[in-house]
Amino acid sequence: MYPGEFDYLRADSVEHALDLLDDHPDAEVLAGGHSLLPTMKSGLADPDVVVDIGHIESMQGIEHDGDTTSLGALTTYAAIDDTDELWEGATALAEAASEIGDTQVRNRGTIGGNLAHADPASDLPGAAIASDLTLVAEGRDGERRIDADDFFIAMYMTDLREDELLTRIEVPRLNGSAGGAYVKKPSPSSGYALIGVAARLQIDDGAVTGARVGANGAMDHGVRLGPVEDAIEGESLTEDTIAAAAEQATDNLDISMMMDDLQASSEYRSHLLEAYTERALARAAERAGATVPA
Amino acid sequence: MTEMSVESVDPDDVDAADILGSAIERREDPALLTGDAEYTDDIQLPQMTHMAVKRSQHAHATIEGIDTSAAEAMDDVVAVYTAEDIDVPGNLPTGWLLDTLNQVDHPILADDRVRYQGDAIAVVIAEERYAAHDAVDAIDVDCERLEAVTSPREALDTAPDLHDDAPGNTAFEWEIGDAEKTSAAFESASHTASIDLENQLIIPNAMEPRAAVADYNPSTEELEVAMTTQNPHLHRLLMSGVIDHPEHKLQIRAPDVGGGFGSKIHHYADEALAAWTAKQVERPVKWVATRTETYLTDAQGRGHETHGEIAMDDDGTIVGLKVETEANLGAYLSTFAPAVPTYLYGTLLSGQYDIPAIHCEVTGAFTNVPPVDAYRGAGRPEASYVVERLIHLAAKKMEMDPAEFRRQNFVPDDAFPYETQVAVAYDSGEYEKTLDRALEMLDYEDFRERQREAREEGRYLGVGFSAYIEACGLAPSELAGQLGAQAGLWESSLVRFQPSGTVTAYCGTSGHGQGHDTTYAQIVANELGIDYEDVDVVEGDTDEIPQGMGTYGSRSAAVGGSALVKSSQKVVEKARSIAAHQLEASEADIDFENGEFHVTGAPDRSMHITEVAEQAYLAHNMPDETEPGLEATSFYDPDNFVFPFGMHAAIVEIDPDTGEIEFERYVAVDDVGNQINPKIVEGQIHGGVAQGIGQALYEAAEYDENGQLLTGSMQDYAVPKAEHIPEMETDSTVTPSPHNPLGVKGVGEAGTIAAPQAVVNAVVDALEPFGVDHIDMPLKDEKVWRAIHENGGEN
Repeated sequence: MYPGEFDYLRADSVEHALDLLDDHPDAEVLAGGHSLLPTMKSGLADPDVVVDIGHIESMQGIEHDGDTTSLGALTTYAAIDDTDELWEGATALAEAASEIGDTQVRNRGTIGGNLAHADPASDLPGAAIASDLTLVAEGRDGERRIDADDFFIAMYMTDLREDELLTRIEVPRLNGSAGGAYVKKPSPSSGYALIGVAARLQIDDGAVTGARVGANGAMDHGVRLGPVEDAIEGESLTEDTIAAAAEQATDNLDISMMMDDLQASSEYRSHLLEAYTERALARAAERAGATVPA
Repeated sequence: MTEMSVESVDPDDVDAADILGSAIERREDPALLTGDAEYTDDIQLPQMTHMAVKRSQHAHATIEGIDTSAAEAMDDVVAVYTAEDIDVPGNLPTGWLLDTLNQVDHPILADDRVRYQGDAIAVVIAEERYAAHDAVDAIDVDCERLEAVTSPREALDTAPDLHDDAPGNTAFEWEIGDAEKTSAAFESASHTASIDLENQLIIPNAMEPRAAVADYNPSTEELEVAMTTQNPHLHRLLMSGVIDHPEHKLQIRAPDVGGGFGSKIHHYADEALAAWTAKQVERPVKWVATRTETYLTDAQGRGHETHGEIAMDDDGTIVGLKVETEANLGAYLSTFAPAVPTYLYGTLLSGQYDIPAIHCEVTGAFTNVPPVDAYRGAGRPEASYVVERLIHLAAKKMEMDPAEFRRQNFVPDDAFPYETQVAVAYDSGEYEKTLDRALEMLDYEDFRERQREAREEGRYLGVGFSAYIEACGLAPSELAGQLGAQAGLWESSLVRFQPSGTVTAYCGTSGHGQGHDTTYAQIVANELGIDYEDVDVVEGDTDEIPQGMGTYGSRSAAVGGSALVKSSQKVVEKARSIAAHQLEASEADIDFENGEFHVTGAPDRSMHITEVAEQAYLAHNMPDETEPGLEATSFYDPDNFVFPFGMHAAIVEIDPDTGEIEFERYVAVDDVGNQINPKIVEGQIHGGVAQGIGQALYEAAEYDENGQLLTGSMQDYAVPKAEHIPEMETDSTVTPSPHNPLGVKGVGEAGTIAAPQAVVNAVVDALEPFGVDHIDMPLKDEKVWRAIHENGGEN
């Protein structure tokens, strides 16, 4: 379809972008365009003003500093997928980025746009939580740091304020006996996750010393699967301990709020969440170097 | 991912004598792959305007008022039209009549009532495309919503009438076969099996949406319409009536067409409106459907609710088959809608089997979905699906191996031509050959062993067979007329030498992806004995091609190809007489071989056909009474349908925990008669199977209780992608058709017809331990999971 008429404004800097958004409070922000433009074409969004932040220099680039990688919010999925340090130290995030859409989408879509859009069926919310990201927002009062755990609030709703822009994402990298994974059940039509589960496991002497598990596609926003983490922590990794932990996947979730649509009922999603949690844990365990006995 | 087994060859590496039957590269591909192709939306004309259509948001409503004033007042809007402006008949006709058919009005703009979401209400003509769409949004339609119905069974049983002329929403009641004989067969049978199934509505999804560019010259009254069509001549005939424009002043041209799958056969409102408005504004008008409009308005396919039964005697010989179907025709009768669930369906219910008694009843129903018409396969996939699902259940009932049950009931090789109990005569067939080859490829006995072992480990493998038959090249015209066709089903061609020895071949079919430029050139080059590169093929333009019926129903090779053979042979005969004259011999003494005419017994006294062409245009030395020039036109009317057949088989594994289906094998053994180009045959099988798997696993037009389309975009409607399609292992046997000069059958629809039941039978076979007998398509993972779950399966 054809979007309605709108004014296009291009921001040169974060400050300029904040000014433009101040002047046009109902404007939509355009980064890679892979969420906004389809909604405009389908008539779901009809903004009078679009502020393009895609050319802001300070929001680009990937920097590695010690155990942290800092990603400009405009970093594309393809760039994340191409970064060996992330595959090694934040595997769930790299794998999730590699699973988004197709090549064209991955070349255009950005991590910042994705996270700020907060589509519950996107592939990044679960990985953002499992990878323990810190999201950096800039506003009039300077920077604010938000834990991924606190970032996703509801469908298309985040902790970002109206007058803030997500500018940078900090990714902690784990090296040594750690492993991560993202597995998804894609919708056969859209490729979005009907269920996606990201896991990060740290292992010491055969036992799990740290676990983070996040999911998308299940609820109206990305969620952390605490009971699964609790169940696997301290355990040695076997098919049985993994299966037992995965069975906790829905324990803290309000099943009545589980996503339910033409593609998959909430009942089936609940079941898939357990099945895919098991797959994510198994793959993360394997990458952490654990041999998983039957 | 699929692995190709036929290697393409460069035509330069093929001897002229071997050109027919060679897997030469498609000559149309470079333009299609480099962006040099010209699609309708690529056409830009001076002063061109753009049309957009205001459509009903409701599936069923009365129109209380239309306010176009805001739209008319907008900048760049040239004109706005509603039903009251239409000063021509403006009623879309039905091209196939049945005795019991209730014909209903189908106005190009709805006047007082809309009957499906997407029904056209008004059109805007504007200076540019965005302005046209903005103005459409500004049109205010006051509607009173009515109850909507999307299921044919519900429409017939309980829903309020859509049309005054179709009481009870009945479009027609139709039957074929012998009811009494079939009842008697069932009474005396030892065993029966039955099924209730739905063959779901499918949205065609051609890659290129429908589009038209209409250009009217008021001085000459010539109206040229470029449009995405499978059959320009038919559109010329129908459109000339709809917009009351003389047929000889109307040119329909198909530029490169990006797929059709049947959906571009039919005559729709939009193309007629583009043509009519071009006359009103006296400027060119372009209309290009958005993808949303494609979902809402392209004629859909399938849409059957069916009860079927099969009866066997003690030893597993089939004694009878009966089928009752309610067919969804949508809101109005599309061009060939009445033929699809009747003569293209009931006549195929004997499948590959010798069934002594068959009876089929079909009731056509009007519902609040878009018109339903031919979609790749058109009636034949629905028939094959019913038959092969019943065969699967019958074999199980008899506790027989499904492959051997089929073998036992096949029409035997020596029974052809075989008269079925449903009015058609199969031309030729060797059904056991494709079965045996498929079993060999599958390593069938080994598979059954593996299946047993896997089940013991809690793994669920299944194999499904599909012994399909199709009927292509609907014919002859006399028969088609008796059955209700309002058109002949011949094909025409013109083969013309230029003086320098090159040839242009014109055919009334209209390819839209099938590779006719390549295969027709192979046919003509072979007949004339000239270089393949010296033959050019022209299709898809009513001003260039004398007449034509178009491309659909896998008819082009069998009917169009035969028409080209006929014209080529006429050219050769004329050339023979000229050669005889110039070689001073009698015609009877002139032999023709590989393009060369020579006097029998004197090979030195010879002329090449290209020399004869030059002489024919010089006309300095012609036989008495022979006209100059070298060309011929033919109309070819086939004696019968052609009946391709084959055996497809799928092996799947189901994850009992999630219901997820994984393909292990997909084997296709097809017999499409002689093959003009095996690479193109293979490509057609691959594409067709992909589409059939799409129906089996993913695709469905789903509506809510208000008749709103829920799967109205590619976000929600799963057209299968490469990753969804298994590697296919293809092979073929060759049983030529005895009644056309090429011995060809047809291949365009084979894969689509064959695949769904191969997949469903495989899934049901895998789930046998759970007592699952049937799951309706599409077999979404969740449905499979529920079937396992509800039968006490895992978790």
